[in-house]
Amino acid sequence: MNNMNKEDTQKASIDLALWMGDNALILGHRLAELCGHGPILEQDIALTNIALDLVGQARMWLTLAGDLEGKGRTEDDFAYLRSDKEFTNIKLVELPNQDWGYVIARQFIFDAHHLVILEQLCTSSEKAIADIAQKAIKEVQYHLRFSSEWIIRLGDGTEFSRKRMQSAFDKLAPYIKALTLDDPLTILAKEAGIGIDNKDVEEKAWKTFDAILSEATLELESPEYFHKGGKQGLHTEHMGFIIAEMQSVVRAMPNNKW
Amino acid sequence: MDNTWPLWEVFIRSKNGLSHKHVGSLHAADEDMAIENARDVYTRRQEGVSIWVVESKHISASNPSKSEELYDPAKNKIYRHPTFYDIPDEVGHM
Amino acid sequence: MIEKDLNQIFQDRIDADDRIEARDWMPEKYRQTLIRQISQHAHSEVVGMLPEANWISRAPSLRRKVALLAKVQDEAGHGLYLYSAAETLGAKRSDLLQQLIDGTAKYSSIFNYPTLTWADIGAIGWLVDGAAIMNQVMLCRTSYGPYARAMVRICKEESFHQRQGYEIMIALSQGSEEQKAMAQDALNRWWWPSLMMFGPNDAESKHTAQSMAWRIKRKTNDELRQAFVDSSISQIEYLGLTAPDKDLKWNEERGHYDFGAIDWDEFWQVVKGHGPCNKERIAARRKAQEEGKWVQEAAMAYAAKRKQRAQDQQTRVA
Repeated sequence: MNNMNKEDTQKASIDLALWMGDNALILGHRLAELCGHGPILEQDIALTNIALDLVGQARMWLTLAGDLEGKGRTEDDFAYLRSDKEFTNIKLVELPNQDWGYVIARQFIFDAHHLVILEQLCTSSEKAIADIAQKAIKEVQYHLRFSSEWIIRLGDGTEFSRKRMQSAFDKLAPYIKALTLDDPLTILAKEAGIGIDNKDVEEKAWKTFDAILSEATLELESPEYFHKGGKQGLHTEHMGFIIAEMQSVVRAMPNNKW
Repeated sequence: MDNTWPLWEVFIRSKNGLSHKHVGSLHAADEDMAIENARDVYTRRQEGVSIWVVESKHISASNPSKSEELYDPAKNKIYRHPTFYDIPDEVGHM
Repeated sequence: MIEKDLNQIFQDRIDADDRIEARDWMPEKYRQTLIRQISQHAHSEVVGMLPEANWISRAPSLRRKVALLAKVQDEAGHGLYLYSAAETLGAKRSDLLQQLIDGTAKYSSIFNYPTLTWADIGAIGWLVDGAAIMNQVMLCRTSYGPYARAMVRICKEESFHQRQGYEIMIALSQGSEEQKAMAQDALNRWWWPSLMMFGPNDAESKHTAQSMAWRIKRKTNDELRQAFVDSSISQIEYLGLTAPDKDLKWNEERGHYDFGAIDWDEFWQVVKGHGPCNKERIAARRKAQEEGKWVQEAAMAYAAKRKQRAQDQQTRVA
C-alpha cells in the first residue's frame, strides 16, 4: 500500500465504484423493462424487487464515484450524461430480455458473482466501498437464493423447461468470464486492499454454478472463447439503444430539473 | 392438466412479541415459493419479521350460519368479566 | 329457511352496517356483482401498470426511476390483493385473467389512453391515482369484508402514488417553458378521462342503486366526481396550470365547482374497445400470460417431483 501512489488508488476506487454502479444500473434497467409484463403476477413483483434493489445500489455506487472524483458529478450525471462508450458494465447485463428462463439464467450468473464480490468488498480498505457492500450484500443474498431456486425448478421441472434452461445457459456462457477479468486498475485495487480478487470470485462463483446446476440437471462449461470489452466501453449493439432510451428525456431538454 | 398454482393463505408477524395475523392470499407452486412470494408481495414496506403460509384448502372454518349457537352463549356469562365484581374504591387498583 | 327470509336477514345485516364475510350466506346476485366489480378493479390495476411502465426506462433521474418502478410494482400488488378478494367468493384468478384477455371483462377505460410524454407520468399519478383514491377510500367501508380489507391495504400504499405524481408536476411547472408546456399538455389530455373514471352519471348508471342498497358502493358516481373536481382545482392553481374546461367555475350556492359536460360518446367508444390503446393493452397481457404457461407448468412439475422424493425418502427411513 505504501509504495502506491494515492492518485492511483483513488483512480482504482472510482473505477471500481463505476463498474459496480454500471452493472447494477444496466441490469436493473433490463429487469425493470419486465415490470408489468412478467409471466405471473407474483413473479412480476418479485423481479421488480430485484430491479429496485439493483437501481438502488447503482445510485449508491455512482454517488460514491462522484464523491471520490471530487468534481461534483452526481449519480444522475453518470447515468444520464455519459455516452455508451463511457459505461463500464459487462455485456451480460445489457443483453435483451428473452423468456423467463433466460432472464433467470442471466440473473443467476450475475448473482453468483455479485455475492462473492460484495463479500470481498465488505472488508475493503476504502471504508465508503465497504459501507455500500455491507448494505447491498443482504439484498444480493436474497437475489441469489431466488434465482437459484428458479434454476433448479425450471431445470428439474418438465422436459420442455429443462431444454429452455439449457439453451439459455448455452447462449449466456460466453459472457460469464468478463465478470472476472483483470486489468491494471483491478489489479491495483486488489493489491491496495480496496478491490476484488477476481480469481477467488471466479472459483467461488463456479462452485455455486456446479452445486445449483447439478441439482437442476443442467450443464455449464466455461467456453474456450468468450466476449470481453464491456469494461473498456466496447459493448454489444444493444447498449446504444439502452442508453439512447434511458437518456432520451434528459438529452432532449438538457439543463433542466426533473 | 390444470397447472394453475394452488392458493395459499399468508400470515405475518409484524414484530416479535405479536402473533401472526392473516394478511391475504397468493398463488405458488410449493411452500418455498409461497414464502418467497409472500415476502415479495406482503412485506414490501417492512410489514413483517416472520411469515407463515398454509395452502388454503387445509384451512377448516367454523360455519357462519351456526354463529348464534357458537358464540351467543358466551354473551350472558358476564361473571367472566372483571367489571362484574364490586370492589370498593378504597381498595385501590385490582 | 326460505330464500326470502335469508334475503331479509342479509339486508338487515347490511343495514346494520355489519360486514359480510366469505362463508356467510349471501344472495347470488350480491356474489356475482362483487366478483364482477372486484375483478374489474383488479384488471384495472394490472392493465394500469402498462401505460406507466412505458416510461420506467426513460424516467429522467434515478430517483424518479425507482419511485416509478416501485409505484408500478405496487399496482401489481394491488391487482393481486383484489384477485385474492375475488377468490374468496369462489372465482378463480386464472378464469378472471382469461376473461380479461378474451376481452369479455372490463377494466378502467383510462388505461386505454397512451402515455406520450414524461409529464403524463406526473398527470397519471396525480389525477388518475387521485381519482382512484376517492373511490378506494369509500370502498374501505364496503360491505364485503375481504374487499374492504384489501382496500384498506391498498389505500395505505396508494398514499405515496399521488404525491409521486404531483411532485413530478411541480418540478415541470416550475421548470423551463418547454417543461411547463409539457405539464399543461398532460393536464389537457388526462383531465377529462380522469372525470370519466367515476363512471356514467347516476341517472345512467345501471348498477348504482343496487350497489348502494347493498352498501358495496357508499357514494354515487356523481358525488365522487364532484368531490374530485372540488379537491383538484386548488392543486391545479398551485401548479399555475389551467383545467381544460371553460365552464369550470365556483358555484357559491351549491358550495361546489360547476364543470362542463363530459363527452360520453368518447367514454363509451373507449369502453367498447375502440380507445387508442385497447388492443395493445390486451395484447401485452395476453403475451405475458402465454409466456407464463410453461413456467407455471414446470414449477408444478418440480413441486410434484419434490413431494414424491420426500415421500420416497420417508418410506425408505421407515
